[in-house]
Amino acid sequence: MKVRDIADRFDLKTVAGEKGLDREIQGGYCGDLLSDVMANTGDGALWLTIQSHKNVVGVAVLRELAAIVLVNGREPDDDTKAKADEEGIPILTTRRSAFETVGRLFGAGIGRVDG
Amino acid sequence: MRLFRADLHIHSCLSPCAAIDMSPKAIVEESVKAGMDVIALCDHNSAENVGAAMRAGSRVGLHVLPGLEINSEEEVHILAVFDTEDQALSMQEIVYGRLKGSNRPDVFGDQVVANEFDEVEGFNDRLLIGAVQMELRDLVREIRRLGGLTIASHVDRPSYSILGQLGFIPEDLPLNALEVSRNGSIEDLRRDMPGLEERGIGLVTSSDAHEPGDIGSAVTCFLIETPVVGELAMAFRREQGRRVEFSCGNG
Repeated sequence: MKVRDIADRFDLKTVAGEKGLDREIQGGYCGDLLSDVMANTGDGALWLTIQSHKNVVGVAVLRELAAIVLVNGREPDDDTKAKADEEGIPILTTRRSAFETVGRLFGAGIGRVDG
Repeated sequence: MRLFRADLHIHSCLSPCAAIDMSPKAIVEESVKAGMDVIALCDHNSAENVGAAMRAGSRVGLHVLPGLEINSEEEVHILAVFDTEDQALSMQEIVYGRLKGSNRPDVFGDQVVANEFDEVEGFNDRLLIGAVQMELRDLVREIRRLGGLTIASHVDRPSYSILGQLGFIPEDLPLNALEVSRNGSIEDLRRDMPGLEERGIGLVTSSDAHEPGDIGSAVTCFLIETPVVGELAMAFRREQGRRVEFSCGNG
């Protein structure tokens, strides 16, 4: 499944990194501590977080993540958006919580991706 | 006693997110130009440029305190400010022992170690943006054991701040001060968190400079005898006539 597909299907708004919308999603990970995500996510994951600062894009590049989903209505900082555009890492936003969003994605077959 | 104009949170080119022209020498020159009497160099999880900055500072009469901005296990940034390079390097040793990973300069930026003559001595390979695998409480205890000041960074910001990550200041956490970022307001913090100063926790504002032009964009003045950690701590606690002033800064 491509990032573009889940953005449409789950009403996630693309706010940066549009050129990466055709990246393939291998699974998902959820976490707000960057050290935990760096250590435990698998490559190609869709990452759900509330962290909106620029280093989230760095983590996504480092772990070759498919895209970042900011939950709870969080919006990325301007320098986060600029970095995401530069790196082609899509940033999607939703007003829903991480719990609710994960539930929907899991139900649609996006599962665990081993780190 | 006299007033010392201070900017206690400045990053050098060793921090991956800071500008390459933030060399120790350039920081000292810019700080003098900005009218600072004392600065603290606090790179992310490292003190490898503090010696150069202290030596550059001593040439022109600028007090440079050696420090680190440490990223705790909870991903809370805490400033550790010391008097001597040896103290800062002892803290660095503890930090390095609990910091995993290697930097990716293409992703996070270069980490340049420079000397006081603006020459590149090398590149730090550690993942300095990473989190030190040590709880905030233990970090604060170690900083204090080594004789350092403990200041919670940019508490008004959501990212990497104690209020953003934890949402509160633990009762038993012995902090010297909370830092308000240059876009934040000391008055707002006093209103939102009454009683801090009564608990012995002072307030400070600093630039968190990542570029030369940022230095001195937020200033705190200390009415103290000499710009050493012990005197700064007394000013935060308003002991023996020492105190902190904010209105003196941006003139």
